[in-house]
Amino acid sequence: MNNFIIAGLALTTPILLAAIGDLYAEKSGVLNLGIEASMILGAYFSYHFAFFFGNVYIGLLAAVIASLILGIISGIFIVSLKCDQVVYGVGINILALGLTSTIFRKSFSVGSGYEKSPGLPKLDAQFIKDIPFIGGILSQQTILFYVAIAFLLVTIIVLYYTSVGLKIRAAGDNPNAADTLGVNVPLLRYICLMISVIFGALGGAALTIGDLHFFQDGMTAGRGFIALAAIIFGRYKPLGVLFAALVFGMSDAFQLKMQVIGLNIPYQLFLIIPYLITILALFVVGPSVAPRFNGKPFYRGGDNS
Amino acid sequence: MKFLQFFRTKGVNNVIYPILSILLGMLGAGIIIAFFGVNPFTAYKELVKGSFGSIYGLSATLQRFMPLAFAGLAATLAFRGGIFNIGIEGQLYMGALFSTWVGISFEKLPAIIHIPLALLAGGIAGGIWAFIPGYLKAKKGFNEILVSIFMNFIGVYTLGAALNTFLRAPGQGIPWSSEIVESARLPQLPGSDLSIGIFMIFIFAFTIQYIFKHRTFGYEIKAVGYNKDASIYGGINTTKVIIVTMVLSGFIGSFAGSVEILGMQHRLTENFLVDYGYNAIPVALLGGLNPFGTLVAAFFFAALINGASSMQIALGVPVAIVKVIMALAILGSLGMHGLQKTVESRRKRRDEQL
Repeated sequence: MNNFIIAGLALTTPILLAAIGDLYAEKSGVLNLGIEASMILGAYFSYHFAFFFGNVYIGLLAAVIASLILGIISGIFIVSLKCDQVVYGVGINILALGLTSTIFRKSFSVGSGYEKSPGLPKLDAQFIKDIPFIGGILSQQTILFYVAIAFLLVTIIVLYYTSVGLKIRAAGDNPNAADTLGVNVPLLRYICLMISVIFGALGGAALTIGDLHFFQDGMTAGRGFIALAAIIFGRYKPLGVLFAALVFGMSDAFQLKMQVIGLNIPYQLFLIIPYLITILALFVVGPSVAPRFNGKPFYRGGDNS
Repeated sequence: MKFLQFFRTKGVNNVIYPILSILLGMLGAGIIIAFFGVNPFTAYKELVKGSFGSIYGLSATLQRFMPLAFAGLAATLAFRGGIFNIGIEGQLYMGALFSTWVGISFEKLPAIIHIPLALLAGGIAGGIWAFIPGYLKAKKGFNEILVSIFMNFIGVYTLGAALNTFLRAPGQGIPWSSEIVESARLPQLPGSDLSIGIFMIFIFAFTIQYIFKHRTFGYEIKAVGYNKDASIYGGINTTKVIIVTMVLSGFIGSFAGSVEILGMQHRLTENFLVDYGYNAIPVALLGGLNPFGTLVAAFFFAALINGASSMQIALGVPVAIVKVIMALAILGSLGMHGLQKTVESRRKRRDEQL
């Protein structure tokens, strides 16, 4: 049972990091479909640099730098040039998949089995192991798990107890009113996009150097969209997102366990769970709670409808 | 907001913008190819040779063209109605799943009944798959983009689950279906391995164009796409238009999957067509959201996809480079329009101040 929870938390970490990070972008009014792109870039570059430098922290740094470049490009397209956010998202996802897979083939001899990179150490200090009940589980997680939890707590405070959080929410719900009150909506959206891509990349890194220690073409396999599903299922609230990410991560772990045991139930039925319960929830709950101007470019003093 | 209007350029720009974007994509990808130590011109020559250089190559290109064209037409129809149907991937998987099911189930049906039945089963499945995001958008105001992406994953995994259970060919180690029975296979054009599905593409394209130009419903689709609020004011039942457009789009999209199985592969496998539903989006946009432009774009992308494999074999440049070309083309087109718009509005504001 403990092993199952350990695996579940390891699979929750990437989703939670990406989802909480993207919550900033969504709240500020940016529909960031490119979260899948940031995850695959983070997954690949952390693996690439960890492998060639033999140091996981250089890998982590590389993931962040790659994501910063992506964030600046995203900001230029989405915020400055006011391009259609969905078309941009679809395009950048295809680009990131194509680029990582191309560079991967250039740098590694694909086909000779997976070349393992060093991985992030598990935080198994004695004082963590000594925590009653959950010590055994927590000591098997990497630092990214703790980053995710800390980030979640910070996010709750920032979004709901600071003026910056109020401005972020205003930029998504009514950018014109926010603008009138002196909020720099484009700058705010730039910053929120940056937060989104950085934590998306860390989420990707949690998959490669945090968990599996190898890379595979398109290995994020829609986890960016699972993160979006977690945001929607979590009703755009940090604790809701945490709950959704836990459900999705655990169902993923369960699915893997089923495959190992070799039960006769097709594992795909478990992969469906995150998407299916999100859509079922949409049928049941009331009208959308998405920020009103989510996905719409901001025209200063202009028509935003 | 004028939905994706900038992709619907007029006159000369209709040709210039897509070509410029594609050149940009090939330039960007060419730089990456150069990093492989391969001359980009040699690589592109190999690509063209692979896709047009022989009868075999051309026929393979046309085979890639068919699913892209169906999927691209589905995207074009929905986009013109202001609906972001990104769910074509799932819709074509469901189309393939259900037409396979019909295609392996009945033994002694005459082809004249069996083929339409199989296509219709796939079409209805695709339509239902598209109905869900359409309904949630029209009735409850949920974002159809996210819902249709989620439906994609559900569709892909459902097909996998089906191939591991009731659709799995008996006694086989691999998760694939039995072969489509003879009476459900699409007839092939004499002297080629292309199925008659290629005619259906043109029938769909002409029908969509006809509806847009000459039918009230086509006008309503365009009106809702252009300005939803004004359409409501003008007495158009936008809820109905959105749902029907989406269902029609899913119906057309399903043919990408069903024609591929009934007309070519004759056996359903888990990864029988990967990413064609997503690639439909660049195809439709670079095709100017016009049915015939979409066909041209689909043919071009089909040539890229097909030629890339011979490029990989001859020069070792990975097939994934095609994704880079496509993505850069679509981003380049997006960026150029965005830049143009921004510069124009700056200039206008400056003129007003003077």
